[in-house]
Amino acid sequence: MTTSSTEKLKHAFVSALGVSPDGDFDSMAYGQTPGWDSIAHMALISEIETAFDIMLATDDVIGMSSFLKAKEIVTRNGVSFA
Amino acid sequence: MTLDDLMQLPQYSVAQADKEAVLLAELTRLGKHHRQRSPEYARLARIMFPGSADPHNLADLPYLPVALFKEHLLSSVPESEVFKILQSSGTTGQTPSRVVLDRETAQLQTLALSRIMCSVLGPNRLPMILVETADLIRDRRQFNARAAGLLGMLNFGRDHFYALDSNLELRLPELKDFLRRFGGAPFLMFGFTFLVWSRFYQPLADAGLDFSHGILIHSGGWKKLQEESVSAADFRAALRQALGLTRVYNFYGMVEQVGSVFLEGDDGYLYPPNFADVIVRDPTTFEELPNGQTGVLEVLSALPRSYPGHCLLTEDLGVVHAVDSPSCGRLGKAFSVLGRIPKAELRGCSDVIAAKVS
Repeated sequence: MTTSSTEKLKHAFVSALGVSPDGDFDSMAYGQTPGWDSIAHMALISEIETAFDIMLATDDVIGMSSFLKAKEIVTRNGVSFA
Repeated sequence: MTLDDLMQLPQYSVAQADKEAVLLAELTRLGKHHRQRSPEYARLARIMFPGSADPHNLADLPYLPVALFKEHLLSSVPESEVFKILQSSGTTGQTPSRVVLDRETAQLQTLALSRIMCSVLGPNRLPMILVETADLIRDRRQFNARAAGLLGMLNFGRDHFYALDSNLELRLPELKDFLRRFGGAPFLMFGFTFLVWSRFYQPLADAGLDFSHGILIHSGGWKKLQEESVSAADFRAALRQALGLTRVYNFYGMVEQVGSVFLEGDDGYLYPPNFADVIVRDPTTFEELPNGQTGVLEVLSALPRSYPGHCLLTEDLGVVHAVDSPSCGRLGKAFSVLGRIPKAELRGCSDVIAAKVS
């Protein structure tokens, strides 16, 4: 279960942002990681919502500034990574 | 009360006197910050506003004519910290404005815009109709100001639907699908005022579709509609009557103060958010004018950190109607924008300053 949530999140990043599946996810950040611009961000949000079957609020969307933040926000929306 | 409080408190809930006290301290501090980091700004402030180091109210603060951002790249951050440079669309033949953003200012802008929009939209993202063509944002290397404005609004929606095709014609069957799916509960609509009128309202005027759950946010100015003799009141009335749209919010903003937009209340007046304000000045003496008198609008915002754009004299005419008189439940200044200032006066002003700088 643990790996599966992290893997799901990584998969959403790969598919929305076009980053390498072997990349250093923990260092990925909005506006810094190539491919993570404001349009890709919308795709990412939608991938994450579908993958975890959650609805993210506006604050979550504007707060999702890195992979680690994404993990935190998805966790807050009731998904377990532990 | 601090700036942070102003951001966190519900927008439009702070009485004018309380807001001015916080903003005066914050903008004075910001002025110092920009004087230290931007020699060009320091020189301008010194030349244009001698003896302004100790301001007693917001109108005492040094302000820059917004046109300066066309002629000068004013920056308060080292080049290594520049995150992006925003560029205004600028009508044909005009030099566009350029605004330097660092990460902090860009984040503040995003946060600020969300505080403002969530005050009418609530915390959840709504299904969203964009009265735009998806082509606008297809070329990701180059966004014009219209595209940048659109991108800033996407965060507030979900299931984004672009209602116009490449020729800016309405995608009617798809629009009907959207309404079938989402039309029974609140949904968001965004577009530029003239496009909403000419490419959305006009072709739909007799279509009998129901947009009564829609919340329309629109911006971009009234110039083209004024040419067609459509006033803001006509616009609202027509949309209500033909589309059933009752929640319609115009906003006034500019690339030189992104995030700090003035959103219309239910009474049709514009209101500054907690962290911004407006001052109306006499176009010849530049003294602050009393409420009810038309003059040049100055816009103040606590957001700009990476460029000295916290106090800007616009090229727009406006009038403050009332202060803390909540005809729609909002505190602060209720004002209207009445169009562009006649060109000659503004050129004069900006030429004088441009000559002083160079």
